[in-house]
Amino acid sequence: MALKIVKGSIDRMFDKNLQDLVRGIRNHKEDEAKYISTCIDEIKQELKQDNIAVKANAVCKLTYLQMLGYDVSWAAFNIVEVMSSSKFTYKRIGYLAASQCFHEGTDVIMLTTNQIRKDLSSPNQYDTGVALTGLSCFVTPDLARDLASDIMTLMSHTKPYIRKKAVLIMYKVFLKYPESLRPAFPRLKEKLEDPDPGVQSAAVNVICELARRNPKNYLSLAPLFFKLMTSSTNNWVLIKIIKLFGALTPLEPRLGKKLIEPLTNLIHSTSAMSLLYECVNTVIAVLISLSSGMPNHSASIQLCVQKLRILIEDSDQNLKYLGLLAMSKILKTHPKSVQSHKDLILQCLDDKDESIRLRALDLLYGMVSKKNLMEIVKKLMLHVDKAEGTTYRDELLTKIIDICSQSNYQYITNFEWYISILVELTRLEGTRHGHLIASQMLDVAIRVKAIRVFAVAQMATLLDNGHLLTGNMQRNGICEVLYAAAWICGEFSEHLEDPMQTLEAMLRPKVATLPGHIQAVYVQNAAKLFATVLRKQEGTTDSLAAQETSQLLIDRLPLFVQSANLEVQERASCILQLVKYIQKLQQKEVEVAEEVTALFAGELNPVAPKAQKKVPVPDGLDLDAWINEPPSESESEDEKPKAIFTKEEPKHTRPRHTEVDEKELARRREARKQEQANNPFYIKTSPSSQKVYQDQPGVEHIPVVQIDLSVPLKVPGMPMSDQYLKLEEERRQKERSERKKKEKKKKREKHGRGRRADSGPESEEDITPAHHVDIVTEEMPENALPSDDDDKDPNDPHKALDIDLDNLVSGSASRPLTDNEKLPVRTHRPAEAVKSPVEAGNGESATPEPKKKKEKKKDKERKETPAPPADASAEVAAGSEPEEESKSTKHKKKKQKKEKEEKEKKKKKKHHHHHHHHHHHLHSADESVQNGTVEEEEEPLPPMSNYTLLGENSYIKMVYDVQGNLQDGSQVVVSVIFENKTDHFLKSMEFNVLDSLNSKLQRPEGSSPHDGLAVPFQLPPGVSNEARFVFSVQSIVMPQKLKGTLTFIVKTEDASTHEKLDFKLHFTCTSYLITTPCYSDAYAKLLESGELKSSSLKLEGVIMPFHHLLARICFHHHFSVVERIDSCASMYSRSIQGHHVCLLVKTSNQTVSIDAKCDEPSLLGNVLDEIKHTFSQC
Amino acid sequence: MIKAILIFNNHGKPRLSKFYEHYSEDTEQQIIRETFHLVSKRDENVCNFLEGGMLIGGSDNKLIYRHYATLYFVFCVDSSESELGILDLIQVFVETLDKCFENVCELDLIFHVDKVHHILSEMVMGGMVLETNMNEIITHVDAQNKMEKSEAGIAGAPARAVSAVKNMNLPEIPKNINIGDISIKVPNLPSFK
Repeated sequence: MALKIVKGSIDRMFDKNLQDLVRGIRNHKEDEAKYISTCIDEIKQELKQDNIAVKANAVCKLTYLQMLGYDVSWAAFNIVEVMSSSKFTYKRIGYLAASQCFHEGTDVIMLTTNQIRKDLSSPNQYDTGVALTGLSCFVTPDLARDLASDIMTLMSHTKPYIRKKAVLIMYKVFLKYPESLRPAFPRLKEKLEDPDPGVQSAAVNVICELARRNPKNYLSLAPLFFKLMTSSTNNWVLIKIIKLFGALTPLEPRLGKKLIEPLTNLIHSTSAMSLLYECVNTVIAVLISLSSGMPNHSASIQLCVQKLRILIEDSDQNLKYLGLLAMSKILKTHPKSVQSHKDLILQCLDDKDESIRLRALDLLYGMVSKKNLMEIVKKLMLHVDKAEGTTYRDELLTKIIDICSQSNYQYITNFEWYISILVELTRLEGTRHGHLIASQMLDVAIRVKAIRVFAVAQMATLLDNGHLLTGNMQRNGICEVLYAAAWICGEFSEHLEDPMQTLEAMLRPKVATLPGHIQAVYVQNAAKLFATVLRKQEGTTDSLAAQETSQLLIDRLPLFVQSANLEVQERASCILQLVKYIQKLQQKEVEVAEEVTALFAGELNPVAPKAQKKVPVPDGLDLDAWINEPPSESESEDEKPKAIFTKEEPKHTRPRHTEVDEKELARRREARKQEQANNPFYIKTSPSSQKVYQDQPGVEHIPVVQIDLSVPLKVPGMPMSDQYLKLEEERRQKERSERKKKEKKKKREKHGRGRRADSGPESEEDITPAHHVDIVTEEMPENALPSDDDDKDPNDPHKALDIDLDNLVSGSASRPLTDNEKLPVRTHRPAEAVKSPVEAGNGESATPEPKKKKEKKKDKERKETPAPPADASAEVAAGSEPEEESKSTKHKKKKQKKEKEEKEKKKKKKHHHHHHHHHHHLHSADESVQNGTVEEEEEPLPPMSNYTLLGENSYIKMVYDVQGNLQDGSQVVVSVIFENKTDHFLKSMEFNVLDSLNSKLQRPEGSSPHDGLAVPFQLPPGVSNEARFVFSVQSIVMPQKLKGTLTFIVKTEDASTHEKLDFKLHFTCTSYLITTPCYSDAYAKLLESGELKSSSLKLEGVIMPFHHLLARICFHHHFSVVERIDSCASMYSRSIQGHHVCLLVKTSNQTVSIDAKCDEPSLLGNVLDEIKHTFSQC
Repeated sequence: MIKAILIFNNHGKPRLSKFYEHYSEDTEQQIIRETFHLVSKRDENVCNFLEGGMLIGGSDNKLIYRHYATLYFVFCVDSSESELGILDLIQVFVETLDKCFENVCELDLIFHVDKVHHILSEMVMGGMVLETNMNEIITHVDAQNKMEKSEAGIAGAPARAVSAVKNMNLPEIPKNINIGDISIKVPNLPSFK
């Protein structure tokens, strides 16, 4: 045998291994692809061989090739083969390959379930480790569901190495199989206090990831984390916890208050920059959440800002970056404290590091004031010129616009300056933000009336030099500004100095190369200009010039009529016909200017972006209903071209009525004017503002005249906005001196009345804008609805994990784990379709009544105690509170609650050994008993558990529960909880049962019927764990008893002894029943069918509420309630072999009569006996 | 969460790629290329954080990298990770490699990418940090290597011998690869713990 192996390995030692492959690739630099393809052929050959070593070697090489970008998914099956090798070496290669290239779409993944399960329970910790690592990369929903309970068992593994991996992978399992979160959570929580720091860190890691997405569900863990934070010394753990608190504080401000002190202490004491930084971050989060609540947190803000300044001043670029990042968070709520560090931030703008410059840019947003805006923007413009990469330059561009336009142009004192900045920005090559600049131009021109004259002049120049913007194909992004330019020139053409020239510029043949939507605007606005030109020319009675203008349009427009763009075509042909008609009139010497102008009369006002959305839907209007019959499918094709019209259309465009004829247009316009005049919500052009503008003392300083308009585009080296800066300074100087003069006068006049405070440096308020700007506010419809829709991404996997875990943690009864929340049984794979009705049956119909009651009760309780549970938990974290006395009554109640919780905790400890779902039933009982003191019509449910004692001695205690397997009519699953009662390790546990003819323990293939089954875990002192065993049964009509033995080794410090425990496993007939919901009509049919034999049972002296009785039958005997009318209920269940069992339960005066029907009389008899037994016990 | 871990050299040749979310091979290569492009054009003494990898994730994600001699170690992480913490983790990773390969250089990573994967898997699992203690990591890596050796046993010996011979027979390897100054220097940075 050994010889054969050696021979085999000699054969393959001349195969290429990974190193040879790498070497080969390096030696074939010129024809790498060819070489690799021959290698892949070799690998394919190797994969065909039986020798696993050869296969593993091939898979190893494939993993390398995958990294180089070759698709190796064709070898997925071979990877699975290598994964299942018994040798660790090959297994590891297989799992590595799988982790690199398997994903949810890999179909062979479903073949791996059993292999992974085997590896997970391997005695070798590294087999388990490798399987967990691999699984973490390719876990699918199926794998997660099938392996969840195995992994959960591993969370209590004796080796911390396995525990930490198992804990960590649970996060992936939760993501793929959210149902596992609730059952696994108690154990996960337990691991937060694991003795091993690695496991603890893993648990913190997982909970932090969970809580980051759904923080509110984890608020109740705050006290525990608080404890960890003050006790842990592991910086990783501390950082995670502190980050988590940052996410929790917005939900619970009181938590924040408690955090400030320990965090400040940490800030002062820690030497680790990473920890310091996270502390500062969380303190900031706390301060933001408190924002106005606490008066004396300015010290904390100061501390943060001061520490951040130290970071920013550090020579380490990383710290500088992070400092700026954190600073921007403070900026939002406490801009004042950041503004004092303006010097530092401006300095960072000059940093050579782009990341740092970007962060500093973010901060600038909050730094600007009326005083320094121009200066800062000037600095930024310099950077724009210097910036080499387009991304950074684009970022600068958006920031400039952001800064200037923020809060309704609050900081802009001179809009001419801003317009020139925008014009300068159009000179950027290849920017993506032409659109942004365009919309700014439009916005300013529309909303700032005073600036229109200037804006129109600038835009005319832009249009005239349009070829500069479009000449280079790369500059395409910027041609968007021509859209704005054309529209502004057209709409406000009355301000144009030479409309004829602009009109000519707009109709140049070159325009036809612009994108369609821009051409369309050109054509439309050419018509507006035409109207203006006509008006002027007719005024001077130069009819010839007017006719020439018409001729110009008639000559040039046909170019646009041929446009491929429908919008352009339509507009052009419309206007062309109109002009031809006008020309005809002109030839008859009819004055038309007035009428043509009327086409475009009326004022346009800006509309708020959300205005349409906020219009409330009137009562009785169903927007989704069809107005006409739904169109046939062929018609729907017509809708497509519409997209062309709406694409890339900026917000402020004139509604299009180009199709309607002239008279109609005029009529409509007139009507609109009328309507506007009568509409109180319409903002009319206010002559008063115009007047104010003229009265403004600074008006003579408007520098319009001093600028040579032909300059800006042609001399790129000399930015014209600079002139404004100078002018602005001069203006301010002048103003200041004037004011001083005035002040002096005043002072002289009012001498002795007291000093003026602001005679020193110029303060913000002193700066008067050069224009008194009438910023038109955006229109909103009446009755606008406030809308705060921040839609969550429906595809976010974390949405499914938004599961309420509070009651799991605090042990309240509102939603204990139901049966269906148990993780899937380890040995079978339930099909989804069959499983769901079971769930419904178990969760809902089993105890519908009591649940409702309990919820009601909870509500009551909530009303009584003003603080919700989260408050109570914050309280636990709080320790002593300064304001305690002031709200003593409130506090007392909380205290009671705290005591309750503590009581529950103690009880929890006592019942620690029970299976989780069991133990929640116990808790529900605790709660119920307490609540029982309040008068209630119906008492809550007593505790119930299906776990019965299997065997117990001084070492170990076993409880068990038997459940049918729905998929396999011949199988039942026995869950056994082993509890170690000693102070020693219990290991090598073997579970064995003497098979009967009817029932057999399922053993792995190849083992004899007398072999025991190894229990897949060891038990540390005081720990309990659950194992599941599958039995096959043939006949289910009779109860069964099987004798069995558990052998195990007790390992004490100096010796280990073999011990055993005999037990009897009792399979009741009930355990073959599976809770199955049944609808009443199906139930009625079943009874009518007449195939069922009946039997009955009478119970005397039952003193319990009817709903308890039903709940007991449901819980212990796996029935579901079909219908309940007063004190009578019909119930249904089904055996694993498909027998129907129907019960009719009636109660009157402590007597319960049960009429039962079943297609198998002996089964029915036994079930009834068992029900009787259940009730005789209580 | 860590979204991806990439190691490539100064020319953008991948030396290790570990993606914790699935991408097609083509996308993976594109991400590596893009990341290299972003990282390589940065000066030496600028900060180690970088925003704006378009392919992985989005605005929530950051690239955190370190440059050692000929290699870039890049971690793509989301906002739940501490930036400085990850920097320290990279340091731990490199120091661990240094210990495991005894004075690690690019060649070690070129020829033993599988081993690098195994070491990494003891530190990061499924995108979450598993272990940061170097001794703990090395203990487990060593134990697994030992298992591998014992499994190879007699069967492994001839293969190892041949591999050694192959290496002897190919004197051109060192010629091809510029070994001088290739070794990754591990500077003594203020450590995390």
